[in-house]
Amino acid sequence: MGKASVIPFGPQHPVLPEPLHLDLVVEDETVIEAIPQIGFVHRGLEKLVETRDFNQFIYVAERICGICAFGHSLGYAETVEQLMQVEVPKRAEYLRVIWHEMSRIHSHLLWMGLAADAFGFESLFMHCWRLRERVLDLFEATTGGRVILSVVKVGGVARDITDDMFRKIQDTLNGIKGEYGQICKTFLNDYSVKNRTVGVGVIDEEAARSQCMVGPFARASNVNNDIRIFGNGAYGELDGFEPILDTQGDCYARVKVRALEVLQSIEIVNELIGKIPAGEVAVEMKGAPADGAEAASVLEQPRGECYYYARGNGTKYLERMRMRTPTSQNIAGMTTALAGCDLADVNMIVLTIDPCISCTER
Amino acid sequence: MSYITKSPWVIHYDASSCNGCDIEVLAALCPGYDVERFGIINTGNPKHADIFLVTGSVNEQNIGVIKEIYEQMVEPKVVVACGVCACSAGIFHDCYNVIGGVDQAIPVDVYAPGCAVRPEAIIDAVVAGLGVLDEKAQALKAQNKAQKKGA
Repeated sequence: MGKASVIPFGPQHPVLPEPLHLDLVVEDETVIEAIPQIGFVHRGLEKLVETRDFNQFIYVAERICGICAFGHSLGYAETVEQLMQVEVPKRAEYLRVIWHEMSRIHSHLLWMGLAADAFGFESLFMHCWRLRERVLDLFEATTGGRVILSVVKVGGVARDITDDMFRKIQDTLNGIKGEYGQICKTFLNDYSVKNRTVGVGVIDEEAARSQCMVGPFARASNVNNDIRIFGNGAYGELDGFEPILDTQGDCYARVKVRALEVLQSIEIVNELIGKIPAGEVAVEMKGAPADGAEAASVLEQPRGECYYYARGNGTKYLERMRMRTPTSQNIAGMTTALAGCDLADVNMIVLTIDPCISCTER
Repeated sequence: MSYITKSPWVIHYDASSCNGCDIEVLAALCPGYDVERFGIINTGNPKHADIFLVTGSVNEQNIGVIKEIYEQMVEPKVVVACGVCACSAGIFHDCYNVIGGVDQAIPVDVYAPGCAVRPEAIIDAVVAGLGVLDEKAQALKAQNKAQKKGA
């Protein structure tokens, strides 16, 4: 064994769309330890809750992260509704889940593209993002925004979707399936992809549990922690929901779990569109959260479980708003997976946790 | 501008953006908008880049990184502030850890507003940046010529 040396990785790195710094302690070509450093994206937006009222803060909550934007606005709205004991109309719950599952499709396609870029498969990257554009077109047609949708409001949703539009959504998503199948085949069967992913960055079930990993990262290690199984909102109306699990715990398993989740999300959207009830899409919010009232809720984001907590103080401004986001849970698992890996595999392992730094730092 | 004389290479850095603008920068390069067909390539190396696309606002932790990348880029170079956070810190302007727009750290040539900035706006800004790049290249040439004459 040679002498240990330190290689800095990031914050500006071609493989990372976001700033994350790692000090990689290496001996020859083997990484012994990875020491993460974050703080490049911290804005301090939780404190803004003191100067924005609970209706305005939803637009700040949405901008915690641009990839899981819809999820954050949904999680925030659900928490505040719980705080004020407001019941949301059924149709609004369905619409929320339909948009949320569509954002999962867009987020996973985005991730698959970045993963392909990380192992140097440029054309696969382009194909994933080409399909993703179609989902973004649906967002634009239904909400007016491509990335930041601003369609959830406290008490419901801001826009309804017409039946014509529902048909268009179904046509587009079902139309993607064929091309998506081809992409999946490349991801799961191509031998050059398998070379980079099979057996890389293995985390077993026990380690995944002890590191409190969440989301597809944990599900690839056979930890069943999908929050959708609790049936919050319209998830309860589904005819049975089975989380997708894998037992291998390597990069290949993580790719596979996400690849199958896209198809599952398309099924969920199809099923809910078939069942959606007619009616109002929002209720009017009156008054303010009571002094000392507390509420908490969880939500399965594309990257895993996200926990929200809110406390009222009798005014329109919340006393405290707190989120615990999936990536902050997964960083410990990432450093475990990095210990002992090849230097060339670092970018692949970092990407397979689907890091979202702006969620983590807020 | 009816034609472009050069295919600029771009470098992208996420200062403290929410990712919304970052994925739109990438979306502009990918099919759908596909500026790569004009030879505009996203590079990870500041020394290869002509245009610096910065998203998000500046804070104490990343101000050094932004300056470092800018200084490593070779003249002539153009900075494009992508998104309203990079222009003026936007919705986060009164957060305690936000100093302001990117112009607090480095000189900005083109501003592309929007939350999140649309790929069309990024393409517009890069085309405007090409004009600035041309001007800067001409100025640099004239300066070198004058120096040679003087020497």
